[in-house]
Amino acid sequence: MSSTTTPPPGPPAGSVPGVPSADGKQKKLDPVDAGVKWLDQRLGIAKGGRTFLDKIFPDHWSFLLGEIALYSFVILILTGIYLSLFYNPSTATVVYHGAYAPLRGVRMSAAYASTVNLSFAVRSGLVIRQMHHWAADVFVGSIAVHMARIFFTGAYRKPRELNWIVGVTLLMLAIVNGFIGYSLPDDLVSGTGIRLAFSFVLSIPLVGSYLAFFVFGGNYPGNGDIIPRFFILHVVVLPLVILGLIAAHLGLLVRQKHTQFPGHGRTEKNVVGTPMYPAFIAKTTGYLFMITGVLWAMGGLLQINPIWQYGPYEPYKISYAVQPDWYMGWLDGALRIMPSWEFVGFGHTIPFEVFLPAIIFPGVTFTLFYAWPFIEAKLTGDRAVHHLLVRPRDRPLITALGAGMLAFYFTLFSASSTDVLANFFQISLNSVLWFFRFAVIFVPIIVFFVAWRMCIDLSLSGAGKRKRANIVTRSATGEYAITKSDRRPGDGHEELDPELVPTFIEVPDTVGMGETVGVRRIPRRV
Amino acid sequence: MTQLPPPSVGGDGAEDVPVAAFDDAHLQPYAKHPRRAEIVVGACLFVGFLGFVAYGATYWVGGQTQVEAVTLGLGFFGFGFAMSAWGKYLMPKGPFTEDRHPVEGTEPEVQALAAAVSERGKMVFRRRGVLGGLLGLAGAAMGVVLAFPLLRSLGPQPMKALDTTDWKPGAYLVDINARRITVDDLEVGGALTVFPEGFVGSAIDQTMLIRPSSVNIVTKPGRETWGPQGYLAYSKVCTHAGCPVGLYMEQTQQLLCPCHQSLFDVLDGAQQVFGPAPRPLPQLPLYIDSLGYLRAQAPYDQPIGPGFWERS
Repeated sequence: MSSTTTPPPGPPAGSVPGVPSADGKQKKLDPVDAGVKWLDQRLGIAKGGRTFLDKIFPDHWSFLLGEIALYSFVILILTGIYLSLFYNPSTATVVYHGAYAPLRGVRMSAAYASTVNLSFAVRSGLVIRQMHHWAADVFVGSIAVHMARIFFTGAYRKPRELNWIVGVTLLMLAIVNGFIGYSLPDDLVSGTGIRLAFSFVLSIPLVGSYLAFFVFGGNYPGNGDIIPRFFILHVVVLPLVILGLIAAHLGLLVRQKHTQFPGHGRTEKNVVGTPMYPAFIAKTTGYLFMITGVLWAMGGLLQINPIWQYGPYEPYKISYAVQPDWYMGWLDGALRIMPSWEFVGFGHTIPFEVFLPAIIFPGVTFTLFYAWPFIEAKLTGDRAVHHLLVRPRDRPLITALGAGMLAFYFTLFSASSTDVLANFFQISLNSVLWFFRFAVIFVPIIVFFVAWRMCIDLSLSGAGKRKRANIVTRSATGEYAITKSDRRPGDGHEELDPELVPTFIEVPDTVGMGETVGVRRIPRRV
Repeated sequence: MTQLPPPSVGGDGAEDVPVAAFDDAHLQPYAKHPRRAEIVVGACLFVGFLGFVAYGATYWVGGQTQVEAVTLGLGFFGFGFAMSAWGKYLMPKGPFTEDRHPVEGTEPEVQALAAAVSERGKMVFRRRGVLGGLLGLAGAAMGVVLAFPLLRSLGPQPMKALDTTDWKPGAYLVDINARRITVDDLEVGGALTVFPEGFVGSAIDQTMLIRPSSVNIVTKPGRETWGPQGYLAYSKVCTHAGCPVGLYMEQTQQLLCPCHQSLFDVLDGAQQVFGPAPRPLPQLPLYIDSLGYLRAQAPYDQPIGPGFWERS
């Protein structure tokens, strides 16, 4: 062992970096040591950097849902930059003369023409465009599922309310930017979506018409301003805000450390799992590439938004059975089943049939999401700090409430395909509509009670708590005895007690890996 | 894992440096058979390599969407799977732990910060109440005037734009090719999108011309002359959310908006019969001039399209 007073005997002393050897010569540092030292003298990274490398990530699969969102966003940024090299955000009229024969000679906007061109005339362009679209759908989807995980396991409770708020904002911005993004190709379907957006803004009492005229640069369809404006919002403003919020989301995560499920050696005072370096970095980087691979394959194999089939947008044209991207479905469904309650009086009109479902409803939704951690604390009186997660069954009422909420939004989402359902099942559109008007009230209530009952039954039955096996032994005298096994059926790996990430690994000289103490790297394989 | 006496290389504060023996179970790979895991990782990396090369070759010879998808997708996936498997099965299995230190400070620290914020704030604003008021005033003015270029410059005021269209008395009905519509153009049961002459393709002027019959149709009291020889014209902009009401169903004489399924009765002045639309589609009064051209008697008698605050 070396010490500060006595230089360690023998030649291995040289392997302790930075320590002068017996002959007084400064040994040359290895490059990593030198680099770390250089940075540390300027930034003081040694202590914090080490803590960072040792940061523990819990191993539960449900923690990967948020990573899907993060990596979809990375892919959105990269594919989006690529698309912007070819896309032309202009509504100037051009006549198409490109590779796609059925559209040749058709007058269309430059935005639409450039999107068709990057799909057909740029090699791999179609894959990347469709990958971008799929990544957006997966981005919002993984945020929603991640949020459900956070909700049902109680991860938003004190001290993580702020990160819940950041997350809800990210969901909102992801939806908004998704909508703006699929409006950019200026095809027939997305153009209809822009027309709807104009009507939504128009429906706001008092200021609606002014706001709509300002945003669109005039009465619908505006002066050709909306596409370039949407473009700047879509590729600069909103991505920057999302990026900043993701940084805040992860910064808070590092500052507050992960939550974890209760289990062997896991307490309110520690985090158990895999250290950041090297195992988690390897796993998560691999995950990034796996997600990239899946999205890339989807981009080439699964057609999405074939705008060349829809044709360019003309305000007087409309396509049948049009639906928005899935994450707008709940709003579209709400618009469809809303009764026609227009208020007219005092010389004014309030189009509640649009204003309620398109403006008030999402506003209330997100306000509730934002306020939920505080509402819950108020209702339950639980203001304690929680780092251990709960199983959904252990909070029957909250779980049932969450399930009812999900059922509510899923019913609205289904209501956005009333016309398709009516056609498919050969029933009248009216019946489908009335069905959904009732379903949106009763389905959540039914789901609430079913989920509530299930939680209670699961808690009572103890399902999921695996019993230890009985071991039957026969003694030499022929007597049988039953003892309990230490293990439970299905235990794959016996988990050890968690330990701190070792700073040093002791390797005996006999193994031939250097000094007894002070070898600084964890050997990959011993 | 054995907690050995700490090495003193680190000098001060090295007391709790964790040390592990090289054969500590936490440092062993997660895989029961590391050799097999190595083979899997190696195979995946090779698949990744093949996928990347195959994509490059596909691109080189001209590209094909589905082949590009499979090759590069496989490349990325094999590459990533290998990396994740390497991390999971061949790196120290742990489990490792870290302590969670409370983020909050001590009570005196909290009070000190709160006191600093409020005391210093009071020093600034209580002593200079007038300046504080002026600061607020100037800031408010800044906020208001910044809204001018940020919002007001973006577009014109609505004025009467939402109340009117380009339909004028006597305007010829033209189709999308700017051809004037004559009385012989539509068979009974036919429908066509028309515009006022000079405004082909206009979003607000688009009008559905329908001919349910060959004789004069009166859709509402007071509209005795609006449907000459069975021609009816309704604004094509849905009164719900503004989509083109593009579906004419001849059998039921209804117009359907494909966006949110509002249904309008053609023979009853496009009265809404179902769905979220709150109002009938405005009807354009038509007449047939001496040359047989279809023309508008007058503009729409009300604002077209969805509702808004200023609509009375």
